[in-house]
Amino acid sequence: MNKALEIKNLSVAYNGRPALEGITFSVPKGAMLGVVGPNGGGKSTLLKAMLGLVRPQTGTVEILGHWVDRRVRKLVGYVPQREDVDWNFPVSAFDVVMMGRVPSMRPFRRPTARDRELVWEALKTAGMERLSDTPIGGLSGGQQQRVFLARALAQEAQVLLLDEPVSGVDAPSQHEIFDLLHRLQGEGKTVVVTTHDLSCVAERFDLALLLNRRVISLGKPEEVFSPELLNEAYQSHLMVLEIGGRTVAVEDGTPKHRG
Amino acid sequence: MVHPNIVVDYLLAPLQFGFMQRGLLASVLVAAICGILGSFVVLKRLAFIGDALAHASFGGVALAFVLGANIYLGAFVFALATALGIGAISQRGRVSSDTAIGVLFSGTFALGILIISRVESYTTDLFGYLFGDVLSITESDLWTIAALGLVVLALVGAFYRQLLFVAFDPTVAAATGIPARALEYLLLALLGATIVTAIQAVGIVMVVALLVTPAATAYLFTSRFHHMILASVVVGAFSALLGIYLSYYLDLASGAAIILVATALFFVTLALTGRKLSARRVAS
Repeated sequence: MNKALEIKNLSVAYNGRPALEGITFSVPKGAMLGVVGPNGGGKSTLLKAMLGLVRPQTGTVEILGHWVDRRVRKLVGYVPQREDVDWNFPVSAFDVVMMGRVPSMRPFRRPTARDRELVWEALKTAGMERLSDTPIGGLSGGQQQRVFLARALAQEAQVLLLDEPVSGVDAPSQHEIFDLLHRLQGEGKTVVVTTHDLSCVAERFDLALLLNRRVISLGKPEEVFSPELLNEAYQSHLMVLEIGGRTVAVEDGTPKHRG
Repeated sequence: MVHPNIVVDYLLAPLQFGFMQRGLLASVLVAAICGILGSFVVLKRLAFIGDALAHASFGGVALAFVLGANIYLGAFVFALATALGIGAISQRGRVSSDTAIGVLFSGTFALGILIISRVESYTTDLFGYLFGDVLSITESDLWTIAALGLVVLALVGAFYRQLLFVAFDPTVAAATGIPARALEYLLLALLGATIVTAIQAVGIVMVVALLVTPAATAYLFTSRFHHMILASVVVGAFSALLGIYLSYYLDLASGAAIILVATALFFVTLALTGRKLSARRVAS
C-alpha cells in the first residue's frame, strides 16, 4: 500500500448547506500536496473531515491504508489555523511539543526519557530548541507555527496536515516553514498544506488540488494552474494574468469567511 | 518591636477551639482544591458554568436536608446532573450553552428556595450553605471534604497531560485520538465535586470567587500551567488562612473574609504585574 491518503466520495454539509460534494482523490506516500481554492471553498473542512473532526454525510477516508481509528490518528500530525489557538495559555514551547507525546502516554504516567528525546529532536528539526522555554504567546507567528509542526513531529506523525500555516506569517518565516516541510518530505513524510499562496504551491509542491466544494483538478501544479481551471475554481474572485509566459493569479479582496 | 511569642499567641489562640481548628483546616483544604480546578476554570472561561453548578447544587442541598440524606451527596448529584444537562441541551444546537446554563441553574436554585420556604424551621441552617458557615463544619464534613479533595487530586494527577492538551488545543487533541469530549465531561464532573466541597466553607453564592480569584492571581505571574496550579493553590490556601484569622479577631463573616482577602491579593498582584500583562498582550 503506497497511498498516504485515499478519499472516496466525501461530502460534508453545515446546517444543510453543502461544504464539500463528492470529493474523491488520493495522495501517494511522500508527496507534498498544496490545497488551494477560494475562501469558503472547503479547504479547512476537507482537512477536518479527513481527521473525523466534522462528520461527513457520505464517503470514506483511508489514511496509510487504514480507516481513521485511534492507532492511525497517532500517525497524523495536524496543525490548525492560528485563530483556533489560545496564545495566552501559560505553556512553553517545550510544553506544547510534549503534547505530541500525550497520545502515546497512559494515564498516571510521566514522560519517559524517550518522550523527552523525541521532543528535543523535534524542537531541533524545527530550529526551535533555543526557544524551548519561551511562553508560546511570546513567540512570533512563524515560530509558533514551527512549534506546532514540532509537536506533530514529536508525535511521530507520518502524514502532516497543515491548515494555512503561513497566513499571518512574514515572508522570511514562510520560506523557513516551506524549507522545513521540504526536508520532512525528504525524510519520507507526506505533507498536505492548505494555502492561499498559489505561486508558492507552483514553485515548491509536487501536487496541487484545486478545490471549490468539488475537486476542480488534481495534478502537477503546472497542469492544475491553467487559466481555465483557475477561473472555474475561483469564478470571478481571481484574476488570472499571463505575463511573459508566466501565469499570475491575483485573488480579489472579498472579506474572509472561513469554511 | 513585637515579641515573637505574641505573634505565636495570636496564631494559636483561635486553635484552642475545636470548631476553629475544623474551620481552618476545611477552608484551607477547600481553597487548595479550588485552586487546582480554578486554573482550568480561568483558562477555559468556565466561570459562569462554575457559578451555575454552585447555584444548582442548592436544590440538592435543600432536598437532601428535607429527606435527611447526605447534604454533599445531594449537592453533587444536582451539580453533576446540571453539568450533563447543559452539555446535552447545548449540543442539540438549538440554544447556546450560556442560555442552557441560565435556564438550568436558575431552575434548580429556585427549587432549593421553594423547598426551604416550605420548611421554615430549617431556614437558618440552610442559609449557612448560601452564604457559608465554615465554623459549623463537623468532623464528618471534614472527612467528606478530604475524601472529595483526594478524588479530585487523584483524577487531575492521573489525566494531567491529557487534560492540559485538551484545555490548550481541543481540536488537535481530538484529532490525535485523545478522547477530548470524555475529558471535558470529566473536567465538569471534577468541577462539580470541587464546588460541593466549597459550599459550606464560603457559601454557594461565593464559591465561584474561590475558584476564579486565586487562579486569576496566579495567571498574572506564571507562564507555565503547572506553576499556575501550584501558585493558585498557595494563594487560595493563604487567603483562607488569613481570612479565617481576620474573621476570628474582627468578628467578620468567614466566607466573605476569605473572598475579600483573595480579591485584595488579586488587585495587588495586578498592580505589581501590570507591565508583564501588557507585554503578553503585545506578544499575542
